[in-house]
Amino acid sequence: MDIKGLLIILLSAAFINNYVLSRFLGICPFLGVSKKLDSATGMSLAVIFVMLIATAVTWPIQMYLLVPNHLEYLQTIVFILVIAALVQLVEIVLKRYIPALHKSLGVYLPLITTNCAVLGVTILNIDSGYDFLQSMVNSLGSGLGFFLAMVMFSGVRSTLEGSDIPKSFKGLPITLIAAAITSLSFLGFGGVIENLFA
Amino acid sequence: MPDVLVPILTAVIPVVIIGIICAGVLVVASKLMAVKEDERFPAVRECLPGANCGACGFAGCDGYAKALCDDPETPTNLCIPGADGVSRQLSEVLGVEFADVIETVAVVHCSGDCEHTRDKVRYSGIESCAAANIMFGGKGSCTYGCLGYGDCTAACPQEAIRIVNGVARVNPSDCVGCGVCTKTCPNKLISLIPDTKRVVVTCSNRDKGALTRKVCSNGCIGCRKCEKVCPLGAIKVTNNVAVIDYDKCTECPDLGVCARSCTTGCIRVANLKSGSLPSQR
Repeated sequence: MDIKGLLIILLSAAFINNYVLSRFLGICPFLGVSKKLDSATGMSLAVIFVMLIATAVTWPIQMYLLVPNHLEYLQTIVFILVIAALVQLVEIVLKRYIPALHKSLGVYLPLITTNCAVLGVTILNIDSGYDFLQSMVNSLGSGLGFFLAMVMFSGVRSTLEGSDIPKSFKGLPITLIAAAITSLSFLGFGGVIENLFA
Repeated sequence: MPDVLVPILTAVIPVVIIGIICAGVLVVASKLMAVKEDERFPAVRECLPGANCGACGFAGCDGYAKALCDDPETPTNLCIPGADGVSRQLSEVLGVEFADVIETVAVVHCSGDCEHTRDKVRYSGIESCAAANIMFGGKGSCTYGCLGYGDCTAACPQEAIRIVNGVARVNPSDCVGCGVCTKTCPNKLISLIPDTKRVVVTCSNRDKGALTRKVCSNGCIGCRKCEKVCPLGAIKVTNNVAVIDYDKCTECPDLGVCARSCTTGCIRVANLKSGSLPSQR
């Protein structure tokens, strides 16, 4: 696989098929943790980290354990199991060796255990027929896309905080409308990446 | 083995094996990489109520317990829901001197009861302060005062508030200082005051004195007499109503001088600690 192909996977995962804004995976943290920039950044970094590790573990499990034994239908439950255990392990390791990072990731790390974006990226890697390297690149791109969406949306929300919003739209309604408009804006990326390398 | 069991077992066994491997790795990891915790931590944590209310200023009870273990300078009297009992337990566990907890008590800043103010309209809508307040500020002639439908009574988890003679009264001995009522009152009449304080202003009317006087004979007319007599300079009339700065209102050399000098009797002496209501002059 050449560099160009990998770049296309990376960029299209981050922009065109953005996990939050186009695939609608991981909406919960997108709305829940995007209120402040620092917590949005912390959550996104944790997601990137866990997505990469989860892919590195689940891809071999799928290819060398499930497929040879014709157990592909166990994919979802096995992946959930492995990701949950993995996140716990990562938390223990971070707490011991990098307490500063553990503290800054804080509560977001265990939250990711059940994040559908993480499960989604591992399953979509398999479904898209990517090899190991492509899967890793796709995970990185997806994580970066999540990061981008979170950071952008936290900016949108902090602007909303200071604006004069009609009373009936205050709180969740205006947040959902803003999320919809942000997601619309990502439609503009469609078709850009293919032509970039044409 | 019956044939039907084979596909079930081929599915169950790998998952179980993966689960066991994951569990084993986690057990080993948590043993090998356990972070040493202060051995007093569980004991300290045990003393705290576990409500994670954050009143101590730390992130939950765990945060406070950690701060207590790590920093001997952390005061043991910060847990307000736990009050003196928890403070005593903490001081025993940590071997420090017992510090009294300053609890806060809710106080209603209105004394416009049925004798001192009148109704301006007959209200027969929904029996709730929030609803009545929308209708031209309630039925009473004072639009700043207690609406008297008991939204705070309904909200109080301790049943410490009752409507007495048309005005909400907090029973300080039942009040735990949770502050739920302060958020419920549409006129924002209730505030939390440290239970060591002895004087309270029982009016919130921000109109000019003459107007206030017309609607309630207990109202603060903003005469500034209390400002002048207060030896600590703790009282200030802002927006035509006396406000006590409880940071300055401390050891008063002439306790109750403000209450005695008040022309309308809206500043009152109370003993919030022993649970006596602000009494009328």
